[in-house]
Amino acid sequence: MEGNYYARRKFALLKNLLEYIGIEPGRLHFSWISSAESTKFQRVAKEVSDAVQAVGPANKLIKELAEVA
Amino acid sequence: MIRYTEKIRQAARQLLESGKVDVFIGFRKGTVPMMSEPTLIRNAQAAETLHWDSNCGINLANYLPKRSERIGIVAKGCDSRNIVTHIVENQIRREQLIIVGVPCEGMVDRRKVTRMAGGDILDVVEEESRIIVTGKAGQQTFDKKDVLQENCAICIHRNPVVYDELVADLVEEQKDVDRYEDIRAIEDKTPEERWEYFQKLIEPCIRCYACRNACPLCYCPTCFVDESKPQWLGKSIDRTDTMTFHFLRAYHCAGRCTDCGACERACPVGIRVRKFTKKLEKDIKELYDWEAGLALDERPPLDRYRPDDPNGFIL
Ligand code: SF4
Ligand code: SF4
Ligand code: SF4
Repeated sequence: MEGNYYARRKFALLKNLLEYIGIEPGRLHFSWISSAESTKFQRVAKEVSDAVQAVGPANKLIKELAEVA
Repeated sequence: MIRYTEKIRQAARQLLESGKVDVFIGFRKGTVPMMSEPTLIRNAQAAETLHWDSNCGINLANYLPKRSERIGIVAKGCDSRNIVTHIVENQIRREQLIIVGVPCEGMVDRRKVTRMAGGDILDVVEEESRIIVTGKAGQQTFDKKDVLQENCAICIHRNPVVYDELVADLVEEQKDVDRYEDIRAIEDKTPEERWEYFQKLIEPCIRCYACRNACPLCYCPTCFVDESKPQWLGKSIDRTDTMTFHFLRAYHCAGRCTDCGACERACPVGIRVRKFTKKLEKDIKELYDWEAGLALDERPPLDRYRPDDPNGFIL
């Protein structure tokens, strides 16, 4: 339980920093779901999937293969 | 500030002669103008080589981790805050240290001076609030406050936060400075603009890691950039690797960075790496009301929580 609280601070900062460098808001999501909350899990999975699809393909922070001349 | 030199020498001499410390960490004059450099001395005679001026911007706390001797150390506001961080993170014990505090009046940005002087600098003389620079084009005088390092211009903790003795009376802290004007300007851009901004910012980076090496916060035995199993990021100057390096370096400094500017100062190509670390500093202040290195008896912000911490981003 405590771990969630520590992690919350780290994730808040991580999310802000990613958005700050230009990663679109809507790509990164966090949730607290207990193993007993199957309905919540289903709802969140759908929300995340919809939100990420709305932003479109990710083309930042990916590596292109080096071209061999 | 130059007048502090004699006091620092006296303090070092006395500490080494009396055997209260085994080593004394301070600055000496560098071999080129405006480049005072750290020095570790072990005998009282060498105290003569110590020096202080407005070019002592390197953070001396960087030399403390894992030392076992008794140490005398010169500390301006920011060094003292990084010393506190080291103590809190168990890198050094307070009992090992005798801190010679320097009420700081800000450090000079040698790049700015060189630019304003129109090229190479042959000689610099520092007076109270002015610096007189001799370059190829002749002599020029600058007001020190016009050529301060960016972080010093907005510094609100110039006095050391811990010390055993002081070389001068405490200075008045700056009030009403806006520490985050530049960060807000970036935040106000669109994601696309921000991405472009940071791509451009890091473009000249040669991945020399001088910014990391100059920072007292980076003391891990193996840095993530050097690990090969797993290899977190590539060694090339691929844009994604470089961005990942800067992003993660900043993130590792979260809640610990004192905005001492040593990273920026060390960068050979002048990248303003504080544009990353200051964002975290700002968020931590706003979210958790925390400033790094002010208290010896408090755990850092990522090592604690409050049940009612901001929560809005959690689905
Ligand atoms: S950051 Fe503050 S304490 Fe550190 S050198 Fe600059 S003015 Fe001095
Ligand atoms: S990240 Fe830069 S400004 Fe922050 S403590 Fe390290 S060297 Fe100083
Ligand atoms: S010091 Fe400058 S060039 Fe070197 S790794 Fe850091 S930002 Fe890049």
